[in-house]
Amino acid sequence: MGSIQERKHVYLVMGLFCALALVTPYLDLFLQQLLSEILVFGLLAMSLDILLGFTGLASLGHAAYFGVASYAAAIVMTKKSWVITYSIYNGASEAGLGIFFLFFVGVLVAFIFSVFFGYLAIRAKDVYFLMITLSLAMVVWGLAYRWSAVTEGDNGIIISERPTLLGIELSDGLAFFYFALVVFLLCLGVLYLIVQSPFGKTLVGIREREERMEMLGYNVWLHKYLAFIIAGTFSGVAGVMWTLHNMFVSPSDVELITSAEALFMVALGGPATLIGPLIGAAIIRSLQQLVSIYVERWPLILGSIYIFTIMLSRLYGVDGILGFAKKFRRSSAVSENSDKLN
Amino acid sequence: MKKRIIAFVATIGMALALIVAPAQAAKEIRIGFIAPMTGIFAQIGKDMTNGFKMYLEQNKGMMGPVKVKFIHEDSTGKPSVNRQKAIKLIKRDKVHFFVGGLLASTGYALGAVADRYKTLYISPVPAGDDMTQRRAPKYFVRSGFTSSQGAHPLADYAYDKGYRRIVAVGQDYAFGYEYIGGFQRQFEKRGGKIIKKIWVKLGTKDFGPYLPQISKTADAVVVLAVGPSSLAFPKQYRAAGFKLPLLGGITAADEFTLPSMGDEAIGYVTAGQYSAALNTDKNNAFVKEYQSRYGKMASYYSETTYTTAMWIHKTLEKIKWNPDDTKGFIREFKNVRITDAPRGPLYIGSHGNVVQNIYIREVVRVPGDRLGLGVKTNSLWNKVIKTYPAVSQFYKFSPEEFLKQPVYSKSFPGCKFCE
Repeated sequence: MGSIQERKHVYLVMGLFCALALVTPYLDLFLQQLLSEILVFGLLAMSLDILLGFTGLASLGHAAYFGVASYAAAIVMTKKSWVITYSIYNGASEAGLGIFFLFFVGVLVAFIFSVFFGYLAIRAKDVYFLMITLSLAMVVWGLAYRWSAVTEGDNGIIISERPTLLGIELSDGLAFFYFALVVFLLCLGVLYLIVQSPFGKTLVGIREREERMEMLGYNVWLHKYLAFIIAGTFSGVAGVMWTLHNMFVSPSDVELITSAEALFMVALGGPATLIGPLIGAAIIRSLQQLVSIYVERWPLILGSIYIFTIMLSRLYGVDGILGFAKKFRRSSAVSENSDKLN
Repeated sequence: MKKRIIAFVATIGMALALIVAPAQAAKEIRIGFIAPMTGIFAQIGKDMTNGFKMYLEQNKGMMGPVKVKFIHEDSTGKPSVNRQKAIKLIKRDKVHFFVGGLLASTGYALGAVADRYKTLYISPVPAGDDMTQRRAPKYFVRSGFTSSQGAHPLADYAYDKGYRRIVAVGQDYAFGYEYIGGFQRQFEKRGGKIIKKIWVKLGTKDFGPYLPQISKTADAVVVLAVGPSSLAFPKQYRAAGFKLPLLGGITAADEFTLPSMGDEAIGYVTAGQYSAALNTDKNNAFVKEYQSRYGKMASYYSETTYTTAMWIHKTLEKIKWNPDDTKGFIREFKNVRITDAPRGPLYIGSHGNVVQNIYIREVVRVPGDRLGLGVKTNSLWNKVIKTYPAVSQFYKFSPEEFLKQPVYSKSFPGCKFCE
């Protein structure tokens, strides 16, 4: 690994995030909220990247863990008849710790679901894996839609007030943006350490040649299972963030389209890059929110972008936008020792 | 290198151009409008938009001295997208209020946004009962209806017709629960019996598994179907050999589904606050103009947004054309009486819901070209056979008595007479 190259990338990313943090106060409230949303979905896509990009497992059910966490957080906040959780939450809120309790519950639930679902799904491969994760996610969707005593069914759960963070008001769009940025960066840091660790390298090895890793004595099944759990748990963090951001949860957040969108975000931004999915999320979400203002047929633009990305990766072996940038740099600087880039 | 920098600058420039907020004119009212323009509800969204736009075009984009700025957003029909679009309209376009939404779930979601940002939300379509009952938002008025509003009179009609034992088939979500619930409550209050309740998944096109559950000894079947299920149900029902009369909710046979229906729908009796076949001068003119502008039959979706625009116009007049006076707007909106809407006279009753006529409509074939509209011959129409005038959301119950009960759901009212 070219460690100088790697460090350069880290500095570049940090610089860009600093610039973002500096620019945001000058944007209007709508854009601030769009940026928070991009960070939340960027986090969801980033967690999926651990599975799709690094381990090579395409899951079509990633919204399930996102969804259970956001439902868990919403239920804790609103369900007064569940005395235990509600009173703990209330007590914690008064101490300014309400958000931590929400994260604890949401992430725990996402963790439990991914432990259980991962155990069922990890045995399958390729398209079968895709199908199993999809059907498990549909189970969660069914729960959200049908179990209306708890989830309010189709109407969804509306949250009237955001809890404070150690006494800091998050109801303001800018404050929430900074909160989302900090959470995103923390998760990015942890996931970066994971993929840089020997464990992360093993995942890449499994992606590249599973049989060889098995021959070398690695417990492939366990590695994949752990990757699945990590991805699910971090998608739980994104789920709680989504509840806090949107202050509304409904079955449409859990459905197939959300899972597919996360998959597209990773593919579009560049798999196995961690930061690529955020770019994918930024493009897809801005298209939905900004371009739809000017173009009525905005799904056409979105569709063409998908097709373009897939064609690029098929024809030129370029993975997403970051892959494209990498290739572009390489071709413009032929003299550089190119095999270090990979 | 240089080229790349230029490209980079150009991209940033384009992004900025998208971001810069539109400049504001002097005296204008900014109305946000949220309707699905893509996705499975796109056709309904188009009807909603057409109705509102038609009113604006008839008035050349002006309401009195105020220029209307109509800002349209695509909601794709999902509640969370609706929310985001509403926030965009409030924060970026600084709208005075926003209109729209389709499903009951979007109504609740938009109501919460309205209260949070203290911006008025006018609901022409979302019909969730509790929006004007137990969970009413503050910054909210309704120009549409509640789900169960048409169901209570339909139950009376059914009882008066002599039906005593009825099987209910409802779509498995809030609108279905509230419609069937309202029907059951009134019907059983009169002394009738609902002998079976069948819940059908939203979007069902194959009723094979459900039809055998309908008892042939019942007097009639009441159906609340939406979208593709509305089309499929009568066809499969008749094909399975059922002869029992069919009753239904407003969406079971509306101007959307009628053009695609055949003989199986004839005799279908449904209740709703509008029918394109309503024979009044106002409605005939509306249907005719709608047909000539958009080449299709007016539906209650287009009627309700058209009327909403008219309602906004009249309210503005009351508050001296000052769109910034939100409190006054909400107050006067509830005081205005609309006498010349296509669907009939309207006003806001207690708890903020519209008091309006409920029409019992029967599907008939009208040979020839009704009103000379250019509609293909032998087309189906919802002929109005009975009018229940000035029906409120509580029907004949007192509001207090009504609100003591929980909102209609899958488990309320319970099935006391089920076999």
